[in-house]
Amino acid sequence: MRQPVPNMSPEAWAEYRAGLRKRRWRQFLQMVASHTGLITMSVVFIFPLYLVFVVSVMSFDQASNRDLWPNPFIWHNYVEVFTAVPFLKWTLNTLFVSVMTMIGTVVSSVPPAYVLSHLQWKGRQVTFVIILSTMMLPGQVTMIPVYVIFSKLHWIPSFLPLIVPSFFAGAFSIFLLRQFFVSIPEEITDAGRIDGCNELQLMLRIIIPLVKPAIAAVGLFSFLGAWNDFFGPLLYLVENQDLWTLGIGLNAFRGLHHVDTSMMMTASALFMLPVIIIFFFSQKVFIEGVTLTGVKG
Amino acid sequence: MTSIASALVPPRKRGASAPATKPAKLKTPWLFIFFCMSPWLFGFLGFTVYPMGASLYESFTKFNLIDSPQWIGLDNYHRMFFEDPDFWKALWNTVWISAISIPLRIGFAIFTAWLLTTAKRGRSIYRTIFFIPSMVPTVAATMVFTVIFNPAFGTINMLLQKIGVKNPPYWFMDPSWSKWGLIILGLWGIGDTMLIFLAGLLDVPRSLYEAASLEGANGWQQFRYITVPLMTPVIFFSAVTGVIGSFQYFTQAYVASSQVNDFSHSMYFYATHIYYAAFQSYEMGYAAALAWVLLVITLICTLVMLRTQKRWVHYPNGSLFK
Repeated sequence: MRQPVPNMSPEAWAEYRAGLRKRRWRQFLQMVASHTGLITMSVVFIFPLYLVFVVSVMSFDQASNRDLWPNPFIWHNYVEVFTAVPFLKWTLNTLFVSVMTMIGTVVSSVPPAYVLSHLQWKGRQVTFVIILSTMMLPGQVTMIPVYVIFSKLHWIPSFLPLIVPSFFAGAFSIFLLRQFFVSIPEEITDAGRIDGCNELQLMLRIIIPLVKPAIAAVGLFSFLGAWNDFFGPLLYLVENQDLWTLGIGLNAFRGLHHVDTSMMMTASALFMLPVIIIFFFSQKVFIEGVTLTGVKG
Repeated sequence: MTSIASALVPPRKRGASAPATKPAKLKTPWLFIFFCMSPWLFGFLGFTVYPMGASLYESFTKFNLIDSPQWIGLDNYHRMFFEDPDFWKALWNTVWISAISIPLRIGFAIFTAWLLTTAKRGRSIYRTIFFIPSMVPTVAATMVFTVIFNPAFGTINMLLQKIGVKNPPYWFMDPSWSKWGLIILGLWGIGDTMLIFLAGLLDVPRSLYEAASLEGANGWQQFRYITVPLMTPVIFFSAVTGVIGSFQYFTQAYVASSQVNDFSHSMYFYATHIYYAAFQSYEMGYAAALAWVLLVITLICTLVMLRTQKRWVHYPNGSLFK
């Protein structure tokens, strides 16, 4: 060990080393305490997920037995869930709605976000405040007339009431994109203007390539929002079993299938697995999106 | 406005927004702006403005979706306040769960975020673990919790019995405990709120803590007099969104009660009441009236909170919209 000051007296040196040891010991204790806390909380957060996957491979009897480890592993549950209920159809329906929602949201939200961040125009601030305030509007207030519109169009039951509105730029996605867009210096668009780009070229050729992560974030949020949605499908799809999504199907599981906890957990596991996989591949985008807007989906 | 030129050249007069050095004043491309905003604009008119007007009108009518609306004046509102015990039940349940879960959620989010800041190594792993539950589809998460809290074969009651609780609650199957099940389910999905608090906590300048500890402030005092005041904007934000969200609280309660047969309506919330009025008994007019009362309640709550914020929320830059 090196002395902080050369040629310290032996007493001072010993005292220094004791102080250092004490400080290190305190730091070590703090680290132990912090990790103990973190690991305990991790166990609490992980446990429900662990339970889903464990129960999903248990036998019917074992699942009602408070066991925490499958014995034997019934992997067959993952095959049976596709034959016991129309699980494949639910998955494809959910996937279709989610992908269409994602496309609609991205295509329709990028232009407003660009106009609200990189163009100066009278009324821009007012428009932005209106957009922000519609985010706070409870959906129930508009729900009934919107339902009436869709029912007059004979769109119920069908996927259209879930997909079509997403092509009309949601407030949340405009807000999220705009928060990313404003981080691009206006000098870039100004320079483009001086060089003779028109606004459409500026948006498509300069801004969009720079904000690919933001667009990915909005796409992801809208995909997951549709994947996880329950209320929309409950209103618009319930009447036709062929259109059911995973959420609706899972909630009706008890009625369709005999009460079988392990099979229900198999279905739940398959329902949440894509979300968790997507999350692992796009963590950074996700966390940035949530931190920037304070909202998820 | 951030360029050096615009900082050096003072604006010519109040209201002249374009700095003198801006390259030749460009004509506002109104056509392009209109084209770009049109998806939002038509959506706003068709899915927000018109429906709001229509639902306000429908709230004064008797309307069952098939026949055209029939004007009945204030009858729907009268019925709500004086003839509908379910309305009061739903309102009470909603107020009860908000009053408990909003502060709990904020406290828990601060706690988990703070716990993450104590880690010098491995913070991102823990953060991922804490965040994942908030991604799980609501229906799946609720299903899992009805299994974990199942009185007969759930893990929670097994643990409670192991540590000596003689008669653990029946959770979702017991009207006086079911809401606690929902509250715990909500706490499990704290991830997104936690991330906002984490960003806030990491933004607090270290120098403030160092200065405070030189002055002899202990850990709690630092937390109370540095961390909490700097977190108040985030606390305020999550309180407002929490209130708005809790009046729309639906999916968890609906799924949980359809799993366990909630006969006593202990998980019957305001949004559930609207849903049943509109889509089970097809009383669209009454449901619209309920929705408008919901809007007024949330507006009042938000305004009250905005009023009180001057007293306890500290904005470092002095404004809400930076």
